[in-house]
Amino acid sequence: MSYIAKPKVAHPSLKRNKLGLTTRDYEGTVSTLCAGCGHDSVTAAIIQAVFELDIEPHMLAKMSGIGCSSKTPAYFASQSHGFNSVHGRMPSVTTGANTANRDLTYIGVSGDGDSLSIGVGQFVHAIRRNLNMCYIIENNGVYGLTKGQFSASADIGSKPKKGLPNQQEPIDPVSMALSLGATYIARGFSGDKAQLVPLIIGALKHGGFALVDVISPCVTFNDHEGSTKSYAHTRQFYHHVIDMDYVPPAAEIRTAYDEGEAMPVELHDGSKIVLRKTEADYDPTSRAAAFKYLRERFNQGEIITGLLYIDDERSEMHDLMGNVDRPLSELELDKLHPGAAGLNEILGHYK
Amino acid sequence: MAANNDIVIKIGTVNGTGSASANGLLRKAIFRMGVPVVGKNYFPSNIQGLPTWYEIRVTGEGHQSRSNRVDVMVAMNAQTYSRDMAEVTPGGWLLYDSTWPRSELLNRDDINVLGIPLSKMCNEHFDGVRARILMKNIAYVGALAALLDIDLEVITRLLEETFGDKQHLIASNVEAIRLGYDYTKEHFSCPLPSKVEAMDATDGHIVIDGNTAAGLGCMYAGATVGAWYPITPSTSLMDAFRSFCTEFRVDPETGKRTYAIIQAEDELAAIGMVLGASWNGARAFTPTSGPGISLMSEFIGYAYYAEIPAVIFNVQRTGPSTGMPTRTQQSDILACAYASHGDTKHVLLFPADPAECFYTAQQAFDLAERLQTPVMVLSDLDIGMNDWMIPDLEWDENYVHDRGKVLDAEALESIEKFYRYLDVDGDGIPYRTLPGVDPKGAYFTRGSGHTKLGAYTEDSAAYQDVVDRLLVKWETARALVPGPEIEYSKFNKSAILTVGSGHGACKEALERLQAENIGLNYCRVRAFPFSESVKEFLAQHDTVYVVEQNRDAQLRTLLMLDAEGDPRRLVSLLHYNGMPINAGFVVDAVQKERSKGRAA
Repeated sequence: MSYIAKPKVAHPSLKRNKLGLTTRDYEGTVSTLCAGCGHDSVTAAIIQAVFELDIEPHMLAKMSGIGCSSKTPAYFASQSHGFNSVHGRMPSVTTGANTANRDLTYIGVSGDGDSLSIGVGQFVHAIRRNLNMCYIIENNGVYGLTKGQFSASADIGSKPKKGLPNQQEPIDPVSMALSLGATYIARGFSGDKAQLVPLIIGALKHGGFALVDVISPCVTFNDHEGSTKSYAHTRQFYHHVIDMDYVPPAAEIRTAYDEGEAMPVELHDGSKIVLRKTEADYDPTSRAAAFKYLRERFNQGEIITGLLYIDDERSEMHDLMGNVDRPLSELELDKLHPGAAGLNEILGHYK
Repeated sequence: MAANNDIVIKIGTVNGTGSASANGLLRKAIFRMGVPVVGKNYFPSNIQGLPTWYEIRVTGEGHQSRSNRVDVMVAMNAQTYSRDMAEVTPGGWLLYDSTWPRSELLNRDDINVLGIPLSKMCNEHFDGVRARILMKNIAYVGALAALLDIDLEVITRLLEETFGDKQHLIASNVEAIRLGYDYTKEHFSCPLPSKVEAMDATDGHIVIDGNTAAGLGCMYAGATVGAWYPITPSTSLMDAFRSFCTEFRVDPETGKRTYAIIQAEDELAAIGMVLGASWNGARAFTPTSGPGISLMSEFIGYAYYAEIPAVIFNVQRTGPSTGMPTRTQQSDILACAYASHGDTKHVLLFPADPAECFYTAQQAFDLAERLQTPVMVLSDLDIGMNDWMIPDLEWDENYVHDRGKVLDAEALESIEKFYRYLDVDGDGIPYRTLPGVDPKGAYFTRGSGHTKLGAYTEDSAAYQDVVDRLLVKWETARALVPGPEIEYSKFNKSAILTVGSGHGACKEALERLQAENIGLNYCRVRAFPFSESVKEFLAQHDTVYVVEQNRDAQLRTLLMLDAEGDPRRLVSLLHYNGMPINAGFVVDAVQKERSKGRAA
C-alpha cells in the first residue's frame, strides 16, 4: 500500500466524462505492487470502467479483504470511500454496507486466497443473497505477500518456483459461481484490457451479484515455465468465447454485428449489454450449458474468457428482503418506533 | 413454606410437551392477582424428550433472584421423579400423576405427597394424543390453583385473552383446569397453609425476559440492520426484534420494510455485516453468545482500531467451549473486555434485568456512535431468557439519539481538508464521514497502520500517535458510560460489589445480612471502563466481596486492571455451576469469609 499521492494534473487533451472528470480523477495512490503485476492492469481497467460509466466518486464504495489484490482499492478512485477489511471477509462487510445504503455502487476486489480459501464461505453466501456488487477476483494461483505458497486455485501439475507441483484439485470460482446461482459471471485476463473493461462495466451495471474472475499473473512467484497462471501460459491457452459491449440507457446499438452473432441483454436500468459470440453454439443464459461447456474446455486445458453467464431477471438482495427504496442509513431514527403511546400498548402484552 | 406469598413452585416436565404455556398461565395468574413473581427456565439443549423445569417464585416482597428451595414440586416427568422428590424442602409438597403406580421406595416422610390421576382424567375427557398431553399440563395448573388458592376467574380471563374467539379452545382449557381443581379440592385439604393472597404490588409492572426487552430497545434505538447467526441463548433477542419490526417497521402504503435482518452464514459474517452497515451510517447490531464472540474477535479489534461503531449483545452462557449452552454464567467478561489481538479494549455495558436491557440497548447505540467503537452489552441467559417483573418501560418523547461526530456535506464544504483520525476536539474522538455524501469526505478505512491523517503508515511514531490517542478516547468513554449503583454508609468498612444478574441476589442478601446485623455497602458496576466512582468505592473499603458468576474471578481481575483494585482487599465470591445465583449463596459465602477473618 502506498502513501505516495499521485500528482493530479490532467493534460488538457484528456477525455472528460459527463461529470467533467478525466481518468486521472479516478486514480488513487501509487501502487506498491511488483513491477509488471497483473493486478495493476486490473486497476487500470477498473479506472477506465468507472470513468466510462460516469460514476460520481463519492457514490462508489471500494471494498477488499487482505492480500496483494486487496491492497488495490487504494490505487484507484481516491475520491471514493474504501474499506480494506480483514482476510476473507470483504463479502460480509459489503453485504452490511449495501444493506445500509443501496444507492452506492459497490466494487469488491479480492484474490484467490481471500475468496477461495479463508473467505470461501463468505464468497458463497454473498452469491446466494444475490448481493448487488461487482466482485473481482484477481486470480494468480499463489499467495504473494507470504512469499509464494500455492492457493486453492492452483491447477494440478502447476509447478511452484521451488518444491513439488500442486496435486490438489483447483477451486474454480467461475464453476462455483455457476453452481451457486450467481447472476453475472465473467472471466478475463489482466493482459487483455480491451476485453476486461467491458466485463467490469457490465458487472458494475448488473443488478445483482457479478463475478469477474481475472487471471492476473504474479510476476514474482508464479510467472515461470510450468506455471499455469503465467502470462505465457494464459496467452497460449486463453480463448474468448463471448465478448460484450455496453450500451448506456437510451443509447442506440450502433456497432455493426454479424448475422446471428449479437445478442442484446437489457439490464434493470434500461442499459444494454450486447454479447458478441465467437462460438455460435454457446448459450450464456443457460447455466447447465455453460457449465458443461466450461468443464469440457477446462479438461482440454483451455482458459475460457468472456461474459460466460448472465441472468438479469432475478431480484437482488434488497428486493428479496422487501426493503424500502430509500437507503436504511438515511431513515430518521425518531420515525422508526411507535413512541410512548405505542410502548404502552406493547407493554399490555406483558401484564 | 414460610408464609403466604412466599412460595417456590417447581414444575418438572419433558421438553416439547407444551408445558411452557401452562406454566406461563400459572405465572401470569399470580401476577394478575397483584403478587410479584419470578419465573426461571431450566431447560436442556434439546428439542424434544429431555427433562425441563420451570420455577416460579411467588415473592410478595418483590425479590428478583431465584430462591434455593422448592416448596411445591410438580413432578410430571417419571425420568426425574426421584431427584425432583429429593429436591423438595422438608415440609414441602409434591404433586405427581397417580395414573400409574409409584414405587413405595420413592417416598419421603418429611414431605407431603399428593397423587392426582391427571392422565387418566384427561384421557377420559379429551380426544387425541396431543390434546391429552397438553391438557394434562393445564390440569396441573388447576390442581395448583386449588392448593394455592389462585383465583379461577383470573385464569379463565387469561385463557379468554389467549384464545380470543376460539371458543372451543377456551372451553377445553377451562374444563382441564376444573378437572385438576375439583379433584384436588375433593381429595386434599385446600388451600395449603401458605397460599397466594391477592395484593396490589404488580400495578405499573410487566413480566418480560431480557432478550425481548433488548429487541424492543433496538427498535426504539432506531436500529435498521440486524445481522446474526442463531446461537442459544441469544436467538430470542433477534426473534423479538423481528416480531416488533414486523408490527411497526413496515410501510403501510408500500408494504416495504424499514429494517433488514440478515441471517449470516456464521458469526464472522454477522459482525462483518454490522461493521459494513455502521460504516455506512446505519445503526446495526448483532446478538450472540460466547462462541460467537470468539469468532468475531478479529473484526472487533478491527473496529476498535478503524473506529467503526458496532453494537454487540452477548447473552452469556456457561463455558468454556460449547459448555452448557442452556445454562447461565458471566464468564465472557475478560474475553469481551479485551477481545481481539493487539492492544484492544472495549466498552462493556452490564444490564442487571430486562428493564436495563431495554434502556441499555439505546445507550449502546448512542455510545457506539459517539465513541466510534464497538460497544458490547453483556447480558446472560438468566436475564435474557427468564421472566422478570420490572417497572413499566418508559419512552421519553424528547429523547434525541446521539449520532456522534459525523460531518455532513455542508460541514465538509466548510473545512479545508478532512482527516479521518485527527483529534480535533481533544477528547480522542475524531470526526467521521459517510460514503455517498461528498467526495471531499472520502477516506480509506484500514486495519493496517495509519497516521492521524488517515494515510497508510509503517512509521513507528505515527502509529504510536494513533494508538495513544485511542487511550484518550478510552478516558472519554470512562466519563460517558453509565456509572455504578452505589449504596454507601460511612459506618460500613466492607462491601459487596457485583455485576449484571448478580444484582437481585446481592440486594436480597444485603437485607438478610442486615437482619443479622452485618452491615455492608453495595456497588453494582454498570459499565467498563469503570467510572471514577468505582475506584473511589474500592478505595473506601477494607474488604470488598466481589460477587460474580464465573470460576476465575474475571470481574475482580478487571477491577485490578482498570480501577486500581487492591487484590488483598478484593475477596471473590464465585458462583459458576450454571444455575442463576441466589441470595442464600451470597449470605453463606459472606459469613464464611467473615468467620475466616475472625479465625485469623
